Amino acid sequence: MTDNIRHWIKTFGLIELFKGLAVTGKYLFKPKITVRYPEEKTPISPRFRGHHALRRYENGEERCIACKLCEAVCPANAITIESEEREDGTRRTTRYDIDMFKCIYCGFCEEACPVDAIVETRVFEYVFWERGENIMTKEKLLAFGDKHEQMIAADKAADAKYR
Amino acid sequence: MFATLQHWLSGWMWDWLAVLITLLIQAVVVILPIMIAVAYLTYAERKVIAYMQVRMGPNRVGPYGLLQPIADAVKLMFKEVVLPTQSNVYLFLIAPILAIAPAIAVWAVVPFAPGWVVTDIDAGVLYVLAIASITVYGVVVSGWASNSKYAFLGGLRSSAQKISYEIAMGFALVTVLMVADTMNLTKIVEGQQGGIWHWYLIPLLPMFVVYFISGVAETNRAPFDIAEGESEIVAGFHVEYSGMAFAVFFLAEYAMMILISYMTSIMFLGGWLSPFEGIPLLETLFAWVPPFFWLAAKVAFLLFVFLWFRATFPRYRYDQLMRLGWKVFIPLTIVWVFVVMLMHYFKVGPWFN
Repeated sequence: MTDNIRHWIKTFGLIELFKGLAVTGKYLFKPKITVRYPEEKTPISPRFRGHHALRRYENGEERCIACKLCEAVCPANAITIESEEREDGTRRTTRYDIDMFKCIYCGFCEEACPVDAIVETRVFEYVFWERGENIMTKEKLLAFGDKHEQMIAADKAADAKYR
Repeated sequence: MFATLQHWLSGWMWDWLAVLITLLIQAVVVILPIMIAVAYLTYAERKVIAYMQVRMGPNRVGPYGLLQPIADAVKLMFKEVVLPTQSNVYLFLIAPILAIAPAIAVWAVVPFAPGWVVTDIDAGVLYVLAIASITVYGVVVSGWASNSKYAFLGGLRSSAQKISYEIAMGFALVTVLMVADTMNLTKIVEGQQGGIWHWYLIPLLPMFVVYFISGVAETNRAPFDIAEGESEIVAGFHVEYSGMAFAVFFLAEYAMMILISYMTSIMFLGGWLSPFEGIPLLETLFAWVPPFFWLAAKVAFLLFVFLWFRATFPRYRYDQLMRLGWKVFIPLTIVWVFVVMLMHYFKVGPWFN
């Protein structure tokens, strides 16, 4: 009986509805969490896996030794490598293509690499305007690495103690 | 004001032309602000709901996104109006007109401030109820003419819902009419003169709640928007509409929202009367405020409540909706009509002089 009366008071007093309205009313005045993207950006981890790059040693020699571990580990078969032996007996790549459309940005290539040659940088804002631009050739990747070497080195140093 | 204009015009042209021009000017003066209000109501809706969801809402077009409704309107105007091949083209195109024409026509009797009314007729409430209920035809006809099962279901749901809630709404208004002793909207507001405790909100509080909730259901707004329920029937009656035909439905819905808020303010919240009336110090302090401001403020608050509801409540199930309408609201209003009737007969209310 009393339960019945309480139920009636609750339903006709619209108690639950006012509780719900109070919740949304409170959120109306809370600070907004929207990030206005091109003007504001969220912080990015040094481990961020974005655009690929090929690195060089300080003396300017490219790091990649064409061991093809990255090609083997790549789950999307995005990497294609061809290699040759140079006059000094070292092995280097003649072709190092990454198809950015196939790539799933898993970072396995970076993990597999024994010489830290292929890395994924924190750059994620890039577009392709024409067909074919999605194939990142060796030249493009090396140029990208040269351009961002400072940033890549800093990111690797920041992450080094966790690896 | 318009009478003097008409008089001045008829001095140097045919009488019928003077009448026509005056009527056209009156229509533009009423419709234009309402259309602007509708445009900015869509902006307010997106902003309020975004804020309640801890987002920012539209903020790219113009300062604070204030030009967003104009951008939307331009986009919709340039879109093609697709006519489904199997549809009934004649009805398909007439449905949006059936939806918007009543939503605009009702404003002919709505007073905005003392004397600011196109036609001050004595059966104002009746006119509003009669015209406003025609909007249901727009929905049903669009659902039928689209020849789509979703649109058809939406149209049927909406017609059943609107007709059910119209009864509760009508009964709620009957109590107001009994208390006010008039159907003239201006006189209903004047009957509430004498301070905030004379507003019909207080003696008729349950009717105010019933009227406003029925109004939410009338306009097919969340949580009663089963007519468009996108999770069940895509977009309901206007799935097949695109471009300006869709925009017209949109305008009609929002114009009806504003109308319901106006009617609630006039019937229960004292219309353009100041809430500080009869309070010694505040009354003189706020005496300079134009009466229209108070009405606009009340309407704005009620519209905010509409949006607040939409941001808060999940959609009703169809059978729950019907249960609320028929088994709760209608009995409740009938009982209250009898209570008010008895009080009227024995002269016990605080509002009978």
